Amino acid sequence: MAGANDARGAGPRWLLAELTYRCPLHCVFCYNPVDYMAHGAELSTDDWVRVLREGRALGAIQLGFSGGEPLLRDDLEVLVAEARGLGYYSNLITSGIGLNETRIRAFKEGGLDHIQLSFQDSTREVNDFLSSTRTFDLKLKAARLIKDYDYPMVLNVVLHRLNIDHVGQILEMAEKLGAEYVELANTQYYGWGYVNRDRLLPTREQLERANEVTQRFRERVGGRMRIFFVVPDYFESRPKACMNGWGSVFLTVAPDGTALPCHAARMLPGLTFPNVRDSALGAIWYDSEGFNRYRGDAWMKEPCRSCPEKAKDFGGCRCQAYMLTGDPANADPVCDLSPDHHRVTDAVAQARLGDAKAQPIVFRDNRNSRTLARKSLPTT
Amino acid sequence: MNFPESDVLPEMKIGLDDVPEISRHFRLQFEPAQSAWVLLYPEGMVKLSASAGEIMKRIDGGTGVERLIHDLETTFPGAALRQDVLEFLNAAHQRGWIRGRR
Repeated sequence: MAGANDARGAGPRWLLAELTYRCPLHCVFCYNPVDYMAHGAELSTDDWVRVLREGRALGAIQLGFSGGEPLLRDDLEVLVAEARGLGYYSNLITSGIGLNETRIRAFKEGGLDHIQLSFQDSTREVNDFLSSTRTFDLKLKAARLIKDYDYPMVLNVVLHRLNIDHVGQILEMAEKLGAEYVELANTQYYGWGYVNRDRLLPTREQLERANEVTQRFRERVGGRMRIFFVVPDYFESRPKACMNGWGSVFLTVAPDGTALPCHAARMLPGLTFPNVRDSALGAIWYDSEGFNRYRGDAWMKEPCRSCPEKAKDFGGCRCQAYMLTGDPANADPVCDLSPDHHRVTDAVAQARLGDAKAQPIVFRDNRNSRTLARKSLPTT
Repeated sequence: MNFPESDVLPEMKIGLDDVPEISRHFRLQFEPAQSAWVLLYPEGMVKLSASAGEIMKRIDGGTGVERLIHDLETTFPGAALRQDVLEFLNAAHQRGWIRGRR
C-alpha cells in the first residue's frame, strides 16, 4: 500500500465506478450527463479490474458500482469478487431491474457488502410514470431478494414536486419492505434533473410538510430505521461541501474511462479530464490538471477567498457555479453571500407558479440524449 | 471520526459476563492507508481512534468482556482499563456497532 499517504496528500477514499450509462429506466431527475449518447465505448472488464486495483492501492476503501444500471454489465460478478479480494467495502446502486436469484447469489458469494435499491414512489402509478417504465413490481421483487439474501435493506427515493407529498406513504412502504436505511434524497439539479428543474423543484411549504412527516415517522419507529432527509440545496443559504472538496476524497470513473472529481464535472468548460485507458490512477489523482484545478482554495475568487467558512464548504459546487453563473470559479450561488444568489431564489419563486409556464418534461432516453448532445449545455 | 469522549453515558447494557460480537452488516478492518481500524457499514465509515481500535479488534464473538479487559491490561501493563473499556463497549452497543450475549 505504498503511496497511500503520498507526501502530496491523501489518496481517494471513495471510488465510484459508473459501469455503464445504459439504463432500462428513463427517470426525469437522473443526474447522468444529458449527452451520454455522445460518449465513447465502455471500459472492458480488464480495464475495470485494473482501476479497482490502482484505486485500492491509493487508499480507496468505499466502492460504489453505479450507472446507469450496473446490472446491465454481465461482468459485475467478476468485479464484485475482485473488489472483495482487494478489501473494498462495496455497494451496488441499482434500480433492481435485472436482479434475479442467480445474480444475487453470486454477489453474496463474491462478497458484495450491500445493495442500495431505488424507488421512484410508493405507488405503481407514479413510480412507473416517473421512470417511464412498468417497473414497480420488479422493484418489489428485488426488495424481497435483498431481504432473502440477508443484505441490509437500503432504499433510496429521489424526491421532487411530483412525489414529495407522498413521503408518508413512501416511508410506510419502506417499513413494510423491512428497510433499515432510507434515503429521501431531494433531486440535485444536474444532468436531466437540471433540464427538468422547473417541473421538479418543490415549494418551500411542500418541503416543510415532508420534513415534518419524516420527523414524526422517525419518532414512531425509533432506532429500527435510519432515515436521511436530504434538503435540496436551492433552499439553503450556505452551499453544500460538495464532494468534501474537489479532489479530496472522491474519484469517479465514468463508463468510457474518463476519471472525474465528481460525476457531473465533465460539463465544466476549459478542463480536460484524463482517461484510465491512458494514465494510471495515481498520476490522475495527484498530477492531472483536471483533479488539481479546484483543489485547495488558491483558485477561489471573492466572496469565497476571504470567507472564514471556505474551509467548511469549499465554496460549494463547481458545476452549480458554472450552470447558474457561467463561471465555475465563482461562489456556488446557493450561498447568500454570492452576488448571483438571486438565480437560486428566482428558480424557487418560479417553482411556486406551478406547471403552467414550465417546459414539457424531458425523459432520460437515447433519443433525447442525442438531441441534447447537439445543443450546448444549458446555462442561464 | 474518532470516538467522542464527551458523550453522555448510556445505560450499561454490556457487562463483564457478556460476549460481544460485531453487529451484522458491519465490517471491521485495518486500513494501512489510514493507519487505523475502520468500521464500515452502509453509507458510512467510522475511523476508530487507536484505543477504540485496540478494543474492537479483540471482539470476535467468542471472547468475553472480562477476558478482553485482561488481555488489554496484559498488552498495556500498568493501565487500569476496566471502566474505560466498559464505557466504550456500551457506547458502541448504543451505536449499534456491537451486540452482546451471555
